[in-house]
Amino acid sequence: MRFFEFEAREVIKRAGIPVTDYGFTTDAAEAREIAQRIGGPTVIKSQVLTGGRMKAGGVRFADTPEEAESHAREILALEIGGHMPRGVLVDPKAEVEQEYYAGVVWDGIRKQPVMIFSPVGGIDIEQVAEEQPDKVGRRHFSNILPFSDFQAKEVIASTGVSGPELNKLVPILTRLAKVFVEHDMVLAEINPLGRLSDGSFVALDAHMDIENEARGRHRRLLADLGVGDEETRQAREATPFELAGELVDATDHRGVAGNVTEFDGNLGLVIGAGGGSLTLFDAVRAHGGEPANYCEIGGNPSVAKACGLAKLVLQKPGVDKIAVMMSIVSNTRVDIVARGVIKACLELGHDPGEKIAIFRIPGAWEEEGFKILERYGVDYADRSVSLNEAARRAVEKIQGVAA
Amino acid sequence: MRRDGTFIAVEVDDQSAADANLARKLTEACPVDIFAQGGGGLLEIVEKNLDECVLCRLCLDASPAGAVKIIKLYDDSAVLA
Ligand code: SF4
Repeated sequence: MRFFEFEAREVIKRAGIPVTDYGFTTDAAEAREIAQRIGGPTVIKSQVLTGGRMKAGGVRFADTPEEAESHAREILALEIGGHMPRGVLVDPKAEVEQEYYAGVVWDGIRKQPVMIFSPVGGIDIEQVAEEQPDKVGRRHFSNILPFSDFQAKEVIASTGVSGPELNKLVPILTRLAKVFVEHDMVLAEINPLGRLSDGSFVALDAHMDIENEARGRHRRLLADLGVGDEETRQAREATPFELAGELVDATDHRGVAGNVTEFDGNLGLVIGAGGGSLTLFDAVRAHGGEPANYCEIGGNPSVAKACGLAKLVLQKPGVDKIAVMMSIVSNTRVDIVARGVIKACLELGHDPGEKIAIFRIPGAWEEEGFKILERYGVDYADRSVSLNEAARRAVEKIQGVAA
Repeated sequence: MRRDGTFIAVEVDDQSAADANLARKLTEACPVDIFAQGGGGLLEIVEKNLDECVLCRLCLDASPAGAVKIIKLYDDSAVLA
């Protein structure tokens, strides 16, 4: 779940990282009052969860409180990338000598957070990494043990920053690491982190993203920030198809059969198992297939639940066939999933042998499962057929239908 | 008494089906609620749950030999032993 900039700044402020004397408001007249309190040139920034706000006119500079009010009024009515702003942030226009970057991201491959620092800030860190790789320092760290001053020094010093600058940056990085770990974040980024003329540092912008699943652990913070339970902050609203998928999964407590995302292809997917969903989805696309959906099935769902998911996918307009594929599973019974998807076909009046392009789930109770599949003439594959090959066969069949 | 699902059929002989004590045991034993007790504590087979049978044999263990049969309709009506 992404935070708006004004929320991320509040989180940073609470962590003891210096921020400017900004104010957030949803009202243009109040923007003027904030600018008056700040007493000097200000920046009015649209609070939207999308990029490109500068280009779209969502960041404007004001010399007077009147100008701040007028900019705020315009920005509050300005849609950016399909998003209306939550409000505006009124920020003092800081006299910055140099802009830096400090960020922590979750490295899904190493399963550890990685601290990233650069003395070149204010632009995308990817661009700095590409153009000036020696100016980007990185270090993985434990999400159990605290990120130490020494580790922070190592990252900063690796980019050539030294002396008092380095010493002032150390607590910012260690506090940022703490915020990241304590709040179950996947991203905590300060960009730019400005060095002012007196040598002090101040966060000028911040981006944060916490694990959706961790929301329950941070109720208090979310309540303080005014984030309601109903606020999903997804890139788009769930479609009726996706909401129906949630209902299928809520049918009973057994296993998972849901987490559906809608696409507009013709091959319905009933896929899962330990990362198998993503791998299979990618494999289908790599072979030129057009998935109608993404979903996750696993953890031994009931027959009714597997049936419900398969029915939902089969009934999606444009779906010609479904592919039922999982990695090798030990905790989901092959025969139970086979019963579920075949039942879905039968109840909708389809021939399972026609509608199921491939069934590739090897694992627990597979002999029993294969008996069921044979009985209904469903093309199935055992573990000697890779996920990639299974996806290829499914695509081949659906392309045969389309041809 | 016999009820058929799409994949699984359950058959209970008439004498056992009339035994309220056995009905209670079967109801407790089955993890997917295929058995229930109706009026007078008599055994009922819950048709909507038949295909959820996980072939665990707990019902067979809870009843006298041959009283309950779990039939795999997809496997030439093989009886779970
Ligand atoms: S075999 Fe297990 S799941 Fe099937 S009816 Fe008997 S107790 Fe229930």
